[in-house]
Amino acid sequence: MAGIPHDHYEPKSGPEKWVHSRLPIIGLLYDTIMIPTPKNLNWMWIWGIILTFCLAMQIVTGIVLVMHYTPHVDMAFASVEHIMRDVNGGFMLRYLHANGASLFFLAVYLHIFRGLYYGSYKAPREITWIVGMIIYLLMMATGFMGYVLPWGQMSFWGATVITGLFGAIPWIGESLQTWLLGGPAVDNATLNRFFSLHYLLPFVIAGLVAVHIWAFHSTGNNNPTGVEVRRTSKEDAAKDTLPFWPYFVLKDLFALAVILAVFFAIVGFMPNYLGHPDNYIEANPLATPAHIVPEWYFLPFYAILRAFTADVWLVQFLHWLTGGIVDAKFFGVLAMFGAIAVMALVPWLDTSRTRSGRYRPMFKWWFALLALDFVILMWVGAQTPTNLTGWISLIAAAYWFGYFLVILPLLGVIEKPTTPPATIEDDFEAHYGGKSHPAE
Amino acid sequence: MFRTLSLSALAALAFTAGAATAQEHETAAIHDVDFSFEGPFGAFDENQLQRGLKVYTEVCSACHGLRYVPIRTLGDDGGPGLPEDQVRAFSGRFEVFDAALDDMRQATPNDHFPGSALSNAPDLSLMAKSRAAFHGPAGTGINQLLKGIGGPEYITAILTSYTGETREQAGVTYYENTAFSTGWIAMPPPLAGEDLEFDDGHSNELHHEAEDVAAFLMWAAEPKMMARKHAGLVAVIFLVLLSVLLYLTNKRIWKPVKYKTKSV
Repeated sequence: MAGIPHDHYEPKSGPEKWVHSRLPIIGLLYDTIMIPTPKNLNWMWIWGIILTFCLAMQIVTGIVLVMHYTPHVDMAFASVEHIMRDVNGGFMLRYLHANGASLFFLAVYLHIFRGLYYGSYKAPREITWIVGMIIYLLMMATGFMGYVLPWGQMSFWGATVITGLFGAIPWIGESLQTWLLGGPAVDNATLNRFFSLHYLLPFVIAGLVAVHIWAFHSTGNNNPTGVEVRRTSKEDAAKDTLPFWPYFVLKDLFALAVILAVFFAIVGFMPNYLGHPDNYIEANPLATPAHIVPEWYFLPFYAILRAFTADVWLVQFLHWLTGGIVDAKFFGVLAMFGAIAVMALVPWLDTSRTRSGRYRPMFKWWFALLALDFVILMWVGAQTPTNLTGWISLIAAAYWFGYFLVILPLLGVIEKPTTPPATIEDDFEAHYGGKSHPAE
Repeated sequence: MFRTLSLSALAALAFTAGAATAQEHETAAIHDVDFSFEGPFGAFDENQLQRGLKVYTEVCSACHGLRYVPIRTLGDDGGPGLPEDQVRAFSGRFEVFDAALDDMRQATPNDHFPGSALSNAPDLSLMAKSRAAFHGPAGTGINQLLKGIGGPEYITAILTSYTGETREQAGVTYYENTAFSTGWIAMPPPLAGEDLEFDDGHSNELHHEAEDVAAFLMWAAEPKMMARKHAGLVAVIFLVLLSVLLYLTNKRIWKPVKYKTKSV
C-alpha cells in the first residue's frame, strides 16, 4: 500500500513464506492493523470504530432476527411479537437491532461533523468523503426499509409518505413509484422487496466500508491540525505517527466500551424511547395516524423536505419559470436530496487552503451555527406544522444550503487563517511535552 | 468545541426522539403513577398483576382481546406467576377456534388469549406500548426520560377520566373522557369502583382497579421486561468494568509516548 513510509510485513518462518508467496493476506492484514496513524488524533476520531462495530452488530442480530421473522403483510406484525415473546433472547435481539440503528446514525452524524470541522474531505481525501456519503445514503435506505418490516402503523404510513416522494418527480414519478412499490400502494409486494433489500444493502455497505478504509489508508488519516504526516523518510514519519495497533486500537476499544455501557442502559431500561408508540399498532391502510413522523435520524432532512411550501417565493418563482413542472412537492424532494448533495460536494465548495477548522477563526463560528442548525432542523422535523415552525424550518433549511453554497466558497477568500503547527510532532509536544511526569 | 457538539447532539437526540413519540394525544395532563416496574431496578408486583388479570378477565375481556399473549405465560417468571394448575384452570374459561377441528374448542395454556369480541374494541396486547403520555416540556418529550413513556399512565387516565357526560352522534353514544384525544370516547365507562372483590383484600377503589389493570396490560405488552432489565444491568456492570480496565490499559501504553518515560 502506498502512503506513509513504514515497515512492511516480512514473512519469517517457512509456513509464512509459503503462504505469502501464494496469497499475501497476512501482509495485507499486518499493514492494515499497523498503519501509521497521526499521534495527535483526539476523541472525535473514535467514531469509525463505533460505526464498524454497529455494522457488525446490525448484521449479526439481523441475521438471527430473519430466522424468526415472516415477511408477509398478514404475519409480519405477529412474527415480531413472536420474536418478543417466544424466541429465546428474541426481545434482546430486536431491541439491540432497533436501538442499534439509532447508535449507528448518532455515530455517523458525529463522524460526518468531525470531518466537516477538521476538513477531512479536502484533497487528497475526496474519494474517502464521497464513498462515505454513498455509505450514508445506503444507511438511510437500509434504515428506512428496516423500519417498514415490523409492519406497524408508522412502518406502513412512513413507507407511503416516503415512496410518495418519488411520485412527485414530473412525468416518470408515478410509474417510478409503482415500480418501487410493486403495485399501486404499499402492500405485500412492497414488504417483500424491502425485506430483500434490507438484507442485501448492509453487505453492499460492508464492501464500501472496505473501500472507505482503503482510501484513507492510502492518503493517511487526517488529524486535528490538518497538517500532513511527513513522508520524507521512515524516521520523520515515525515522529508524527504511532502504529494503529496497539495505541489506537486500545483507545478506540475504551471509547467503544463506554458508549456500549450507555447503549446497553438504553436497551435494557428504556428500549422504546427512541421509537414511535404507533408502531406497536398493526398497519392499517384504512386508518391514517394523526401525525406521520419519521425516525429521529431522518428528521433534519424531513424538515428540509417540508420547509419549501407553496407560499415560499422561491418555490413560486421556480414554478413559474418551469411552467409548472417544479411544484412545491417536487421542490421539497429536490431540496431534501439537494441538502445531501451539497454536503457530498463540499470538497469542491470549500475554497480555503487551510484544512482544519482549528486554524480558521471565522469558519469556526459558521460551523458551530451549522451544527446548531442541524439540531434545530431535527427538532422542527418532529413538530406539527404551524406558521412558526414553518418559518423556523425555512430559515434553518436556507442556512444549510447557504453554508455549503455561499459561506464556504466565500470564507476561503476573505478569511485570514492562523498558522497551524509545522508538524504533527510539534502539536503533540505542545500538548504533552510541557508536562513533566512525576517520578515513580 | 466537539465536546459541546457531542453533548448538544445527545441532547438533540433525547428531545427529538421524545418529540417523535409525543404526537398523538394532545390532551389534559396525564398524571404520573408510581408503578412498581418503573426505573432500572423496578419489578412487576405479582399481586398487582394478578389483581389486574382479574379486572381484565371480569371486565375488559367482555369486549377486548389479548391475541398476542399466550395463556401459558401467566405462569412465567417475571409475570403474574400463576401456579401451573391455576393456569390450566384459567385457560378453560376461554373457547378458541381450532383450524384442525374446524370448530371451537376449550382453550389450553398453549393457546393465546382470544381476540376482541367486539370489532370496534381494539386488541389490548400492546396497548401499554402503543400509547404515550408526558410530551413536555414544549413538545420535546424530555419528560419521558424521567417518567417513562407513559403507556400505563395513559390507560389509568382513560379509565378514571370519565366526566359522566354523554352525547349521541349518528346513532352512536360517546362518553366524555378528558384523557382521550378528542375528548369523547365510544367506550362506555368500564369501571366505576368496587366492581369486584380482590382475593388479596386489596382496595377496589376506582383508581386502584385502573392502576392494577394498567400494570397487567404493561406486562401483557412487555412480558420479558424483568429479563430485559436484568440483562441490561448485567451488561452495564460488565461494560463499566471493561471500560475501567481499558482506560487503565490505554493510559499505560500511551504514557511513555506522551511523557517520554522509558518504562512504566
